[in-house]
Amino acid sequence: MKRLVGPAGLAALLGAAVLLLITYAGPGIWGEAATTRSVSDRWTPAGAEYLFGTDDLGRDIFARVMVATRLSLLLTLGATAIGVSGGVVVGLTASILPKYPRRLLIWLMDMLLAFPWLLLVLFFTVIWGATATGAMFAIGLAGIPNLTRLVYNLASSVSGQDYVRAARVVGVGPFGILFRHILPNIANPLLVQVSASASVTLLSFAGLSFLGLGVQAPAYDWGRLINEGIGHIYTNPMAAIGPGVAIVFAGLVFTMIAEALADHPGQGLRSVAAAGRASLFPRGTARRVRTDAAAPSGAGADPGDDGAALAEVTDLSVSFPDGEGGLVERVRGVNLSVRPGEIVGIVGESGSGKSLTAMALAGLSDSTAIVRARSRRFDDIDLSTPLSRKEGKRLGTELGIVFQDPLTSLNPALTIGRQLTEVSRTHLGMSREEARQRAESGLDAVGIAEPRRRLKDYPHQFSGGMRQRAMIGMALTAGPRLIIADEPTTALDVTVQKQVLDVLHRAQRATDTAIVLISHDVALVSGFCDRVVVMKDGEVVENLDARRIREEARHPYTKGLIACLPDMRSDRTRPLPVIDDRPGTGEQDGGTPKVGAVFGAARAREESPL
Amino acid sequence: MSTAPRTHRLMAPVTALARFNDRLSPRGSFAIRRTGRLVASLLIVVLASFFVVHLVPGDAVRAALGPTAPVGLVENTRADLGLDKPLTRQFTDYVAGLFQGDLGTSIQSRQDVADVITSRFPTTITLATLGFAVAIVGALPLGMAAALIARSTKGRSANSVISGGLGVLIAIPDFLLSALLIAVFSVWLGVLSPAGWGDLRSLVLPVLGLSLGPMAYLARIVQVEMIKVLDSTYMTTARAKRLPQRIVLFRHALPNIVTATLTVGGLLLSGLTAGTVIIETVFAIPGMGTTLISAVQTKDYPMIQGVVLVFALMVLGVNLLVDLILITVDPRTSISEG
Repeated sequence: MKRLVGPAGLAALLGAAVLLLITYAGPGIWGEAATTRSVSDRWTPAGAEYLFGTDDLGRDIFARVMVATRLSLLLTLGATAIGVSGGVVVGLTASILPKYPRRLLIWLMDMLLAFPWLLLVLFFTVIWGATATGAMFAIGLAGIPNLTRLVYNLASSVSGQDYVRAARVVGVGPFGILFRHILPNIANPLLVQVSASASVTLLSFAGLSFLGLGVQAPAYDWGRLINEGIGHIYTNPMAAIGPGVAIVFAGLVFTMIAEALADHPGQGLRSVAAAGRASLFPRGTARRVRTDAAAPSGAGADPGDDGAALAEVTDLSVSFPDGEGGLVERVRGVNLSVRPGEIVGIVGESGSGKSLTAMALAGLSDSTAIVRARSRRFDDIDLSTPLSRKEGKRLGTELGIVFQDPLTSLNPALTIGRQLTEVSRTHLGMSREEARQRAESGLDAVGIAEPRRRLKDYPHQFSGGMRQRAMIGMALTAGPRLIIADEPTTALDVTVQKQVLDVLHRAQRATDTAIVLISHDVALVSGFCDRVVVMKDGEVVENLDARRIREEARHPYTKGLIACLPDMRSDRTRPLPVIDDRPGTGEQDGGTPKVGAVFGAARAREESPL
Repeated sequence: MSTAPRTHRLMAPVTALARFNDRLSPRGSFAIRRTGRLVASLLIVVLASFFVVHLVPGDAVRAALGPTAPVGLVENTRADLGLDKPLTRQFTDYVAGLFQGDLGTSIQSRQDVADVITSRFPTTITLATLGFAVAIVGALPLGMAAALIARSTKGRSANSVISGGLGVLIAIPDFLLSALLIAVFSVWLGVLSPAGWGDLRSLVLPVLGLSLGPMAYLARIVQVEMIKVLDSTYMTTARAKRLPQRIVLFRHALPNIVTATLTVGGLLLSGLTAGTVIIETVFAIPGMGTTLISAVQTKDYPMIQGVVLVFALMVLGVNLLVDLILITVDPRTSISEG
């Protein structure tokens, strides 16, 4: 509803006003011109005198189109009303029926839905005959299965919600549930559906009249006018196209009304993408870029920077368009370098920019992201310029990636074998058999039994832990020099987490591969890594030796993180430290609860510089 | 049965069937469910086509022959159609006739309905098949390209142009689109013929009129699916491998949009079979659609029964075909489908 004020809402209101005005005043204004016969003016082509020309009796077609607005819209509304009320009654009834009758009813509706809508309409038209009211009933009834399904789906999505279950538990009856809980919650999407189906109904009514099965002469609606005009399309194309324009305009108005009523606008694609991004970077952490660009953070100075870095970014910033012409900077002034064989951990809460930093380091930033850096390189490959073929080959083999959720990071349509062999095949020029053996030893190295047979499986035949191990195996097959692991254990069971980390560790020791491990878990990172980089709100706030993290942590934020780690000396009679300033930033991108609450209290003291 | 005493006894067979179903493998249970649906649909189709005459308010034969027809003719026609027999007998006769390919005789033209349908069927099925082929072949590259454009950095304006164009094509009803096509290609340019059926020149416009709308709709689905795929983590995995663009697109992305495309495509195809009714009328093509429309207008009930039955069977056939293809292409269909 809120969008009624926006441009779409304005256009919808304006269009609706025009339609209403013509419906109301049309017959009065153009009624006479629409019926006046003039033999001398028969089949006048479209021109200044007659906008759409005249018909076989010399009547002004433009006037007839205007007059037909009333009948066309009334019939549309009538048919829509029949379809919607039928759909609401059947759909809501279905939603409160017991299991088996409900299934039967929905099954029946689904079966009717399998038939093209036009076939149903024609069937009903046969019964009631080819008249305007017959067509109205036919179109209305034929719309019921579809609307029933919509209403039922809406209702069952609501009735599965906790508050409805709670109401049921406290003894609210089925009708109470229906009218107090379900109906109010589906009213808005339902309204959107109603206007959308009005648009469809309008077009179908025109189609039926066009076929000669709807409105009969001497009455006429837009469809009938097209029917009459199309025979003379050679002499006067406007006779058919004129009423067509009216139909498309009215259909567009209904669609715009639906659009204006919808909470989620039609640019669903963009809003879905935006929603996906928002879950990674909660709103609170986003900052508008100010004109006085934030100075590079001093805390980003990198003690590991001794010139021998394998991969390195300096003064990195990552921003995204905010959809209103501005930019939101999510990462700023970050310096990060990884030496060969080194394990670097990046810790921070959701939205602190740790994943964005790592993806920028890997040259895999989202296409909408704007990445700037003084330098950004892997070995001697400059990542800020387009890659040559040879550089692409090297990156594909020397840089491995492991993502957080193994359920989504493997391609569901390709076998594990295919996914583990393609890098060797494409970049290393191996034969099918060589590549397969390499993949087999890769799976074997990460502890998957019967690797040869397992290569033929699809990802959905693997468990979550196995998939993550296969993912690591995949990163290992080409002999990488750096593995970037973005929360590789967050989505996994605690027992499996350890296995996966062990696999990673073993691989690192065996091949001297460098690892960048991203996590929100300070304990995990400090146990696993050589060096820990702490990020907050898109900046590096601290860069510490992992073994001395408790002693050396200076920044209040890091201290807050560490304070939340219980150890043997913790007083178990007292609650863990809780930091209350950040509601809602908790669990966005992982499975385990985080120390999100810690950050607030730390922030209170944050004002004092380091 | 003591475990489920609360269900009504009439539900016992359903419950038993449901239990049997639960014991089967997902794919077997999917096949059973779909076959069950097919059989039930067939039954409904036959019942509907049988009852259409009986559902007409008043006397269908009188309505068909007109108020001026002599009483004797009406009585005779009624006897010819077997409408004087008891209802159950009529139904068994009807079903027995169906098995022998006997669809009755037209009230108006006295022609054999099955003969008329046999002569009109090839035209309609050719039109529908061509329309479907054009829609699918056009929609896949169009949708994929649209998705790539939408996801590129500077594609926002190009994207809105494409979405707008597809939206317009979807919104224009097929009879109107056909009228526009005739106006442009036959009237103004004079390159294609506006009516009839046979040579290539007369084939192009009906096929376009039938397929452009569904193609735009399908392209939209492909675009949405493709964007979902492009945004997925496994595509980042593929990009991380720095594979050539064509492998990333055709090996990693394409298989993941096939299922959704086929599912919607199947629905469109069954919609296309009915869409031929309108297209045949616009372009004056002698197919089943034009036969049906004139039969409805002249209340020729045996003809209506026959044509509606064949259309419905075509739809069921298409749905079955799509299901079979889906099971083979994507083994997960059987599991994910509730």
